[in-house]
Amino acid sequence: MIGTLIVAATRLVVGGQGVWIGCGPSERQRIYFANHSSHLDTILVWAAMPPELRQRVRPVAAADYWGKGRVQRHIALKVLNAVLIDRQTRSSDPLEPLKAALSAGDSLILFPEGTRGTGELPSPFKPGLYHLAKAFPQVELVPVFLDNLRRALPKGSLVPVPLSCVARFGTPMHLEQGETKPAFLERAREAVTGMA
Amino acid sequence: MSDFGTMHYLIGGVVALLVVASLVGWAVSRSVTSEAGRETVANLNARIKAWWVMVAIFAVAFLFGKAVTLLLFVAVSFYCLREFYSLTPTHPSDHPAMAAAFYIFLPLQYWLVWIDWVTMLTIAIPVYAFLALPVLSMLKGVTADYLQRVAKIQWGLMLAVFCISHAPALLMLDLGGVPPVQLLFFLVTVVQMSDVLQYVAGKLFGRHKMAPNVSPSKTWEGLVVGGLAATGVGAALWWITPFSPLEAAGMAFAIVVAGALGGLVLSAVKRSLGAKDWGAMIQGHGGALDRMDSVTFAAPLFFHLTNYFFAR
Repeated sequence: MIGTLIVAATRLVVGGQGVWIGCGPSERQRIYFANHSSHLDTILVWAAMPPELRQRVRPVAAADYWGKGRVQRHIALKVLNAVLIDRQTRSSDPLEPLKAALSAGDSLILFPEGTRGTGELPSPFKPGLYHLAKAFPQVELVPVFLDNLRRALPKGSLVPVPLSCVARFGTPMHLEQGETKPAFLERAREAVTGMA
Repeated sequence: MSDFGTMHYLIGGVVALLVVASLVGWAVSRSVTSEAGRETVANLNARIKAWWVMVAIFAVAFLFGKAVTLLLFVAVSFYCLREFYSLTPTHPSDHPAMAAAFYIFLPLQYWLVWIDWVTMLTIAIPVYAFLALPVLSMLKGVTADYLQRVAKIQWGLMLAVFCISHAPALLMLDLGGVPPVQLLFFLVTVVQMSDVLQYVAGKLFGRHKMAPNVSPSKTWEGLVVGGLAATGVGAALWWITPFSPLEAAGMAFAIVVAGALGGLVLSAVKRSLGAKDWGAMIQGHGGALDRMDSVTFAAPLFFHLTNYFFAR
């Protein structure tokens, strides 16, 4: 019910249709990784999925934002079925909840920049995506480019301006044999920026 | 409710017209053989289908009165403005100006129509938005492309909100015994029939391209034949207006000319932004602004001509 309302509101304000360029929607286990410029990004990628996929595709969300207020927490956990991640922790492995979700067969939506950027193109990627790609080689890595959201809801603003935003889905990729961490992360970033 | 007695007949007439168009479209789709012809007919039938939806929406609004009609035009302006700003390369620092356009000036304009405040309706966006929006963009301190950005934001607001709001603004005119909703019907019918007839006449007789760089499908033959036919349609509708038949023809002619020029100007704007259609909302028609482009120019002109010469 709330999920339907959120999708309807997203469609009304920012459109948020999915454009599948390099692959189609699929039940296969995937990690979707996208550029990050606004608080709407998580909901937009999620809303761009066909309804039947939304249950098994879980957005990875920062606990310090989505876990805070009661409303955010409810939407994150009950509606989006998000995996909350602790960005501050130094002690335990922050990727632990993601690995658990992947082991359970779920797909993930990930923002490898780690935080919202302000530039037109995404900042360098954090290494989490590399570690997941290495630990789960069978999972498809799908680059996603979110267009226009940095204009619709730039960092520091409160209300989204209605602009048509789209989520472009690119060609699935994998970690190559013997590929180094920086090389892989740069290739992944280029796969996203290539759709800008 | 004698107001709406005539409207029932008018909407019935439009529905009958659409039935005929659908039948013709279906018949043509069975007889066409060439590949290019099939494409044209498929596009034609997609347009007719979209017309059914649009006529249904308009019919509901017209029959339920001013409030629903205004809400419909709020939605139209909203989608047109969204299409315009989506194609416009603004900077993130234009966010406050665009938010003000959407959340302050759009509702304000239609509220002014609702309370019949003609003077403020005429200056709210051309004066107050014109002065306020550049201030909001300036406060962010980004000067790169500043003039282009504020100019485009104002242009979008003028076209999508100010110009389009003049169509439902016809509802506030006092025309003696004539219900003003019939004038809105007159405007929308003449504009849209002009588009359709120019399209059909262009397909049938089109030889000489009118503006190959701006709108490659428009021809002089289409404009003249379709435009005159639409003027005739307007003249034939004189009995629902406060105009004499000759005056109705004159008004329809003004609407046709303004509409054609509006279509060309918006086409030029669209192309300067690097797009072919404003959006993909209506199948076969492109976006909302592709359907409203003629209205943006015709509505203010028709409103002021009527207000000046015929309103009390």
